[in-house]
Amino acid sequence: MHKISANRKRLLAFILLGWALLFIGDRVGELQQYQGAFVAMYALAIASIILLTGYSGQLSLGHSALMAVGAYAGALSINNLKLHPVIALIIAALVAGIFGLILGIAAARLSGPYLAGTTLALAISLPTIANQFTILGGEQGILFDIGTPPTRFGEEFSQYKWFFWVSSLAALIMIWLLSNLVHSKYGRVFRALRDNQTAAQLAGINVGRQKAVAFAVSSGVAGLAGGLLVMLISGVSPSAFPLSLSFSLLTGAVVTGVYDLKGVMLGGLVLVAIPEIADSIGSRVGGSDGFTMALPGFLVSALLILAVLFTPNGPGQLLKKKM
Amino acid sequence: MSLVVENLTIDHGAIRAIDNVSFTVATGQLAAVIGANGAGKTTLLRTLSGLKESKSGNATWNGKSILGVRPEDLARSGIMHVSDGKSVIAELSVKENLALAGLWRKDKKDVAAVTAEVVDLFPVLGQRMSQASGSLSGGERQMLAIGRALIARPKLLLLDEPSLGLAPLIIEQIFQTIKSLVAKMDLTVVLVEQNAMGALKIADEGIVLNLGSVVAVDSAQTLLNDPAVRAAYLGF
Amino acid sequence: MLQFITAILTSLSAGAIYALMSTALVLVWRSTRVINFAQAGQAVLTTYIGYEITIRTGSYWYGLIAAILSGALIGAIIDRFFMRPIFKRIKSGPIVMIAPVVATLGLLGIIQAIIGFIWGLNYQTLAAPVSTDGYKIANTVIAFSPYNLMVLLSVTITMVLLTVLFQKTNIGLALRASAYSPEIAKLSGIKVDAVRTLGWAIAGAASGLAGMLYIPNSYLYPNGMDVLLVFGFIAAVIGGLDSLFGAVAGAMILGFAINFVATYISYKLVFPTAFVILILVLLVKPGGLFSSSKGRKD
Repeated sequence: MHKISANRKRLLAFILLGWALLFIGDRVGELQQYQGAFVAMYALAIASIILLTGYSGQLSLGHSALMAVGAYAGALSINNLKLHPVIALIIAALVAGIFGLILGIAAARLSGPYLAGTTLALAISLPTIANQFTILGGEQGILFDIGTPPTRFGEEFSQYKWFFWVSSLAALIMIWLLSNLVHSKYGRVFRALRDNQTAAQLAGINVGRQKAVAFAVSSGVAGLAGGLLVMLISGVSPSAFPLSLSFSLLTGAVVTGVYDLKGVMLGGLVLVAIPEIADSIGSRVGGSDGFTMALPGFLVSALLILAVLFTPNGPGQLLKKKM
Repeated sequence: MSLVVENLTIDHGAIRAIDNVSFTVATGQLAAVIGANGAGKTTLLRTLSGLKESKSGNATWNGKSILGVRPEDLARSGIMHVSDGKSVIAELSVKENLALAGLWRKDKKDVAAVTAEVVDLFPVLGQRMSQASGSLSGGERQMLAIGRALIARPKLLLLDEPSLGLAPLIIEQIFQTIKSLVAKMDLTVVLVEQNAMGALKIADEGIVLNLGSVVAVDSAQTLLNDPAVRAAYLGF
Repeated sequence: MLQFITAILTSLSAGAIYALMSTALVLVWRSTRVINFAQAGQAVLTTYIGYEITIRTGSYWYGLIAAILSGALIGAIIDRFFMRPIFKRIKSGPIVMIAPVVATLGLLGIIQAIIGFIWGLNYQTLAAPVSTDGYKIANTVIAFSPYNLMVLLSVTITMVLLTVLFQKTNIGLALRASAYSPEIAKLSGIKVDAVRTLGWAIAGAASGLAGMLYIPNSYLYPNGMDVLLVFGFIAAVIGGLDSLFGAVAGAMILGFAINFVATYISYKLVFPTAFVILILVLLVKPGGLFSSSKGRKD
């Protein structure tokens, strides 16, 4: 009985959060709606990292590539298969998930630095691979058009608000599903993998299979986030998924607590805020173009190192220390 | 010059491995530290050689504190620790292993001289100079480990269970060699052993540890004849 | 036939550069048990320094020396003032596993950002000191140039020097002993911390050389050595992370494999090939093809 009410409580919390977001979305300007859409998308991507690293203990640097896989799959569905955008997003998640399953089966045998290096190789090679196949549109990429808001919402309903709604809803639903997953038996299994693989094996857990499952689910979520990203920028191209994106996601996850899904929204906010902060620092200091462009990367990396050193368990750790 | 340990306490995680232990080993003496598995003997040695931190208490050699000093600095000041089991680098040759303790020494002539002495002492090493140490037998590896320690011309030698895993005949050889080293090489020796009989037979004094505390400190001969010690550690 | 010989020569030249990178990674791994992802940043930073010196002095060779020396210095500084404090600080908890990896990743980002601050993100070019036009054999121009030959020679000389250093000198013995067993080395009186810093310095110098050899054939920009990091990593994994010989052998195997695929099948398959080789080795013989010890040491 207790378990059911915990699930219900969670569902209620998410529904409330959803209403709150829609409420806020109505009250802010278009720029904030657009940024809000990005926050939701990043939150989702960070959730995929937290599931993989925080819960099942596998470190991946290749999630930018997984997002790209989902993004391209989604774009191709719309353009070449003429499918409905929502279906395209689902396909994005599925294709990335399958890709992640295959990768995960191989990755299950790797640990620590080897997994990191392999996924890093994936992240670095992906833009080059994408460039070379014409069906993927090469350097230019392909269009991704989520379409205009349905007419029944009225003329006042802007494209940006539509972005915000789609992004937030998709993120909300997916993170709710993930939350259920980690609170279920699967969550315990994943945590066992992270903390002590040998013990998990002795307890009868098929370590290889579960690790691959975690990887697949994480990839699917990343693929969906990738689909959302290219929806927001209206097109997918190799340059949308640089290596630095993987770093950003990792930073977002570590800064807000890599072991817990609760902080993902905060992580998304941080990632959206950093380029803004960098911009304002840049204009105040009056640095060169190179300075302004390199500053977000600098902030992300510095934040990553500081977070790993001082708050590996999330900002809550800092607060606890002060008390 | 003596080794003075005063009220030394060492924790190993949540366990108090060494509890308020005190003893003295005078210059030129061979002290055997005996006790059952888990008595804290290895932990004690690792702390004296700088590999582990102590919680409280003192340990001095020659009047100078040796706690909290880096292992390599202690080694350079004449304290050599031959740790148990894996004390030679298997991938390096016998010659290279021996050379390790002399790498930092300025007096290269003396390094050559003492290396010759060591080969004299352990002729089998001389025969296997260019062989990989991993291919040596257990006894040969122990000789190599001790030989390497001697190249540094130490004044204090800490030996951790040199007899572990060796055949009785070899153990006898090793113990006799250790005994002769004290006079030959002007050493003070702390010999940690589970082989209580063999250790006490060659030692001057004995320190009995149980669960981290000292239960007896006396001359080796007295301990050998003590019925309680005999019953607990000597098996008769 | 000529195509075959050319493919072999270009494979050697490419493999030579990968060998420098994999050597650097193996050196750091052996001394510190860390895959130094920041090596790509160190390599490209020292190439920028070499580039500046080349422009100011008009000589590539001065730039090369500058890159190698600054590489050694930067490598030493990173170990002494970045890695050592981090290891001291992170001693327990599940974070121990990912902390060093994340630290070198963060460092990579910071180095690349600093390069952006100083030099901007534009692509620069570094001119090669010798001709990059292929040699002419019997009226045909092959894809192997004096520049490729220079690369091959420099790396061969470097590897010989490193081998002599490690096998025949006292410093080399100290380096090897500290890598095999830091504890025994310490108990023998070797200053293991200083030796480790030296290892990072040598690795930094090697990656500095790699950068100056690689960039003239490519572009100089903050992410310019990322691909080489990947290839160096794959080469190191193929050879097994615990020996210099493995690093070179792995680099050659990788160089040959992707060069032949590029020449005879399609250059588009270079990355997929490298990736497949990596996965195969990690699944079949994770300790590497030339490793003496069983399995990987994590």
